[in-house]
Amino acid sequence: MGSLSREVSRKALALGAPFNVQLDITYRCNERCVHCYLDHDDHGEMTTAEIRDVLDQLAAAGAFSLSISGGEILLRKDFFEILEHARSLLFSVRLKTNAILMREEHARRIRNLGVQQVQISIYSHRAEVHDGITKVRGSLARSVQAIRFLKSEGLRVIIANVLMRQNAGDYPGVQALAAELGVGITIDPTITPKMDGDHSITAMRIPTAVLKQVFNDESVVGDVEKFCAPPVPAGEKELNGYSCSAGHTACYISPYGDVYPCVQFPLPCGNLRRQRFLDIWRNSEALKEVRSIRVRDLPTCSGCSHVGACTRCPGLAWQEGNIRGPSTADCEKSYIRTGIPSANMIAKAGTAPEIAFTRLVNITRAALGAAVH
Amino acid sequence: MTNRYIARSPEIAARLLADEMIIMSVRDSTLFTLNPVATVIWQAADGSTPLREIVERKVCAQFDIDPGAACDDAEAFVAELASHGILFLSDQPIRDLATPAKAVPVEEHSWAR
Repeated sequence: MGSLSREVSRKALALGAPFNVQLDITYRCNERCVHCYLDHDDHGEMTTAEIRDVLDQLAAAGAFSLSISGGEILLRKDFFEILEHARSLLFSVRLKTNAILMREEHARRIRNLGVQQVQISIYSHRAEVHDGITKVRGSLARSVQAIRFLKSEGLRVIIANVLMRQNAGDYPGVQALAAELGVGITIDPTITPKMDGDHSITAMRIPTAVLKQVFNDESVVGDVEKFCAPPVPAGEKELNGYSCSAGHTACYISPYGDVYPCVQFPLPCGNLRRQRFLDIWRNSEALKEVRSIRVRDLPTCSGCSHVGACTRCPGLAWQEGNIRGPSTADCEKSYIRTGIPSANMIAKAGTAPEIAFTRLVNITRAALGAAVH
Repeated sequence: MTNRYIARSPEIAARLLADEMIIMSVRDSTLFTLNPVATVIWQAADGSTPLREIVERKVCAQFDIDPGAACDDAEAFVAELASHGILFLSDQPIRDLATPAKAVPVEEHSWAR
């Protein structure tokens, strides 16, 4: 993030402005990705008029960056009407799509409407792997074709490459594909529990040893030495800060008008069919609680050596049962990066020595460089 | 100052945050922030009001600024934004921009804190 972006973020935080919003306009999807955290039924999506009104409210509340996502956004027949309205309100719009319905004329309209960026999920450069994850034969070819359409219009395209057990070894191939297409790529090993609380899909998270390899790959993390360096002790600034922007300058809105701090933090805060956005943003007790929690208030994490650089996700912590607790997946990431166990891991080893210690040993062996496939 | 007209490009994202305008170019994602004086000029850049009139009627009316210096600063400011492609400059009124943007009245910024 550039210095100006940081300054704007600080200002948004100081003002309490909902600067970044993700709006899912549908949960319906034409793919059936094995790791998806959503169901794909329509439980009563907001109408076009309702979404237009929500966008009006968001603009008036000071929202600037708007991610329009789903589900598959192109399944909504009014998608372009929604997009046109969002752009008329001068949002910085980012689209998230699998793009298998994208045609040249769609790409042209998206370009003409001034979309900032289009993010497309690509799981592998190999059709059998990608299509195996999406459960749609031919989906890789169609998504890649869509990227070409968008690129030919001069749009900024980012490939989102979510890593899971099924595709963990394929990210170099996806990097090469992104380079060939002339687009950016983000590689993300995060598998989120389902919105309904079902954690079963987290079993697809990539094995520790593979994650260790990813974290030691310069092409992914940049400066490996810096990325994997031992944590620096946290100062007052870090302890007085927040884990992330969810609920502070960011929020998520479902296709049914539910407002949450983040898509990965499904703590109900209110519903836009019953309340105005600013009423929820200003007065929700759930949001007030989220905003009240500083790093120093986290009983385990505040004393952890990783606290200054940890990617702790309060949403994942909440889904584990404690909004002030650690998010275990991030503890493991910190440990895998640096080789230094988190306070949470040490505490677990202390309270359940046999189980937790065995787990630590396993992680350590993996971290020592064994190649696991 | 000659009679110049200014109009916002449709290829931007923008929002007023307190008294500063945040602008992002759609072309290259460059981010700009405008101070309160520049924000007044930006908001008045409707393509039909001459820059001189904007400075005299809006800027000098709201801020304690010497009119001559304000005109010079405004010329430099609009030239710089034009060089980034987020503002159009012309000696004639500017009409027919591709995607006219609505002015969004932002509610008081005192949300949560």
